[in-house]
Amino acid sequence: MITYLVPLVLIGGLTSAGVYLLLERTLTRMLLGLLLIGNAVNLLILNVGGPSGNPPVYGRSSNGAQTDADPLAQGMILTAIVISMGIAAFVLALAYRSYQLTTVEEVSNDPEDTRVAERADDDDLDRDIPDVVPARDTDAPDELDALPGAEGSR
Amino acid sequence: MSLATVLTPLPVLIPTIAAAATLVAGRSPRLQQLISLTSLTAVVAVCAALLYLVDRDGTVAVQVGGWGQSEPGMGPLGITLVADRLSVLMLVVSSIVLLAVVFYAIGQGISDGDERQPVSIFQPTYLILSAGVCTAFLAGDLFNLFVGFEVLLAASFVLLTIGGSAERVRAGIAYVMVSMVSSLIFLIGIALVYATTGTLNMAEVAVRLADVPDGTRTALFAVLLVAFGIKAAVFPLSTWLPDSYPTAPAPVTAVFAGLLTKVGVYAIIRAHSLLFPNGRLDNVLMVAALLTMLVGILGAIAQNDIKRLLSFTLVSHIGYMIFGIALGNHLGMSGAVYYVAHHIVVQTTLFLVVGLIERQAGASTLQRLGGLAAASPLLAFVFVIPALNLGGIPPFSGFIGKVALVEAGAQSGSSLAWVLVGGSVTTSLLTLYAVTRVWTKAFWRARADAPEGALSNTVPAALIDDDDDIAFADRSDVGRMPVGMLLPTGALIAVGLALTVFAGPIYGYSERAADEILDRNQYISAVLAP
Repeated sequence: MITYLVPLVLIGGLTSAGVYLLLERTLTRMLLGLLLIGNAVNLLILNVGGPSGNPPVYGRSSNGAQTDADPLAQGMILTAIVISMGIAAFVLALAYRSYQLTTVEEVSNDPEDTRVAERADDDDLDRDIPDVVPARDTDAPDELDALPGAEGSR
Repeated sequence: MSLATVLTPLPVLIPTIAAAATLVAGRSPRLQQLISLTSLTAVVAVCAALLYLVDRDGTVAVQVGGWGQSEPGMGPLGITLVADRLSVLMLVVSSIVLLAVVFYAIGQGISDGDERQPVSIFQPTYLILSAGVCTAFLAGDLFNLFVGFEVLLAASFVLLTIGGSAERVRAGIAYVMVSMVSSLIFLIGIALVYATTGTLNMAEVAVRLADVPDGTRTALFAVLLVAFGIKAAVFPLSTWLPDSYPTAPAPVTAVFAGLLTKVGVYAIIRAHSLLFPNGRLDNVLMVAALLTMLVGILGAIAQNDIKRLLSFTLVSHIGYMIFGIALGNHLGMSGAVYYVAHHIVVQTTLFLVVGLIERQAGASTLQRLGGLAAASPLLAFVFVIPALNLGGIPPFSGFIGKVALVEAGAQSGSSLAWVLVGGSVTTSLLTLYAVTRVWTKAFWRARADAPEGALSNTVPAALIDDDDDIAFADRSDVGRMPVGMLLPTGALIAVGLALTVFAGPIYGYSERAADEILDRNQYISAVLAP
């Protein structure tokens, strides 16, 4: 099998540009990155699908080629294009919704993650255990025991 | 045409058609729920019948559309669906879980008031997710597996961001991006496999790869392993999971936790044993398994939110399955198969129980929970059984699975395997610690002792996510667990216990499944020479 350099360089270039964009925090850039990588992969499938040839249609030929082109590679690319189109539409909707809610386009950190990470700096790791007041009777009903039929916490 | 041939496409077909029907019936939630329940019940029945037939008669391969072999010695032209013991077991367990969770979601929806929820898209999307999961388990060629993944991912994107609150959108963005990257890596893997072998039919790829140089094979395996590793949440590709899963509604998180990562594990089993059986990357998998177990469980210990804690244990226990696969011996594989079945059930049950805790106590973070054992002994009961099961306490199924894996590690005898045996026992102990922490804080201490015990979330977060806090005493709807949510949880606990009670026959089945996985010829001859 003969391999040409130009498509391979193109695939590599598209992928690296896509990875660079994907590492951004802005949603539209991430989407563009995904689409670039998607196109690079489609090009890769086309490239590995073998040499060009006659269209895989009964009785048709092109440029006097001896063999048929591989229709499977094209079928796979078509499927991949449809899937990435659907996902792109969804991501755009998500980006719009995110912009509506936060008015910035950047993806923020997970607040719970930050909270857990901050606990590491805390000297008192068990601070969610409050100071025990020995005088308080925890069996006695209090204002929190709003459960019907289960007044008294024990 | 045998009965099994007719039944094989049905787990994909029924949910797809039902999804279309629920979409048409969008204005009538009752009709949607009826369609959903009937179709998923039918899928359970079909899968159970398939389990019996495949176990009795051997692997079934169906050429969809009747595209047979092109010429002798060449693989099939069209889409192939293959049902062997492994995939049928996965189908049965998943369909039971899917049915229980949809029941739970309906129960929750009814009691939380349908008029406030965007329910009309929930049922169709859920059914599409079911179809995607079944496609992935039945796929006989790599591209069809990719399509199955995409179908279930697209549905999961919608389910994860349902309601569109700020928190879910933030989590959804990360989830969508990571999933798409893994899909693209999988697609690169497919392109490279196609370039190497000229086919994507898994049986034919397995045959043709025998003539491929070792280095090329290992490279192909590595690419596929990265793709599947992200989906299965294997460390270091697992960090996306605990950030995205906990924000979704309880039934959605439950079904994601139970099924989506296991689809990745299933794909790893197929790639490891059918396509690349020479075990060149077994040591890499072993180290990844060890780190997945330890890093996951250490993350779980640090969490305050029960949903996040369970997400970390989910990541951690994926390590057990990878451990079993990487051992490559018969005992390890059968242990891994049994463990997957056990883990799907127990992890789903625990997330459903968290949904019940949210209903009962108005929160899922340990900062706000307390006194649950007194307030609802029933809730304490449904929590403690799956929790101990996850922690691997005898006689539950988690213990049986772990013993099988430890035994397999000892049988393998390499020093790395012994390190993993130690790691898995430590992880089991730490899992017990993590769930006991939930038990002592949420169930045993008085709610007045919880630092934020006086606060509560505004709504029980069925499908709508509301971040506002109100005083716990002001919540009028807490303290009543709807029967529609309790029943499916109880049913799944019963399934989990059945894995213990019928451990003999079920483990025997997973041993036969492991035989079939390791002896690739049954699979290959079923597809290539029907």
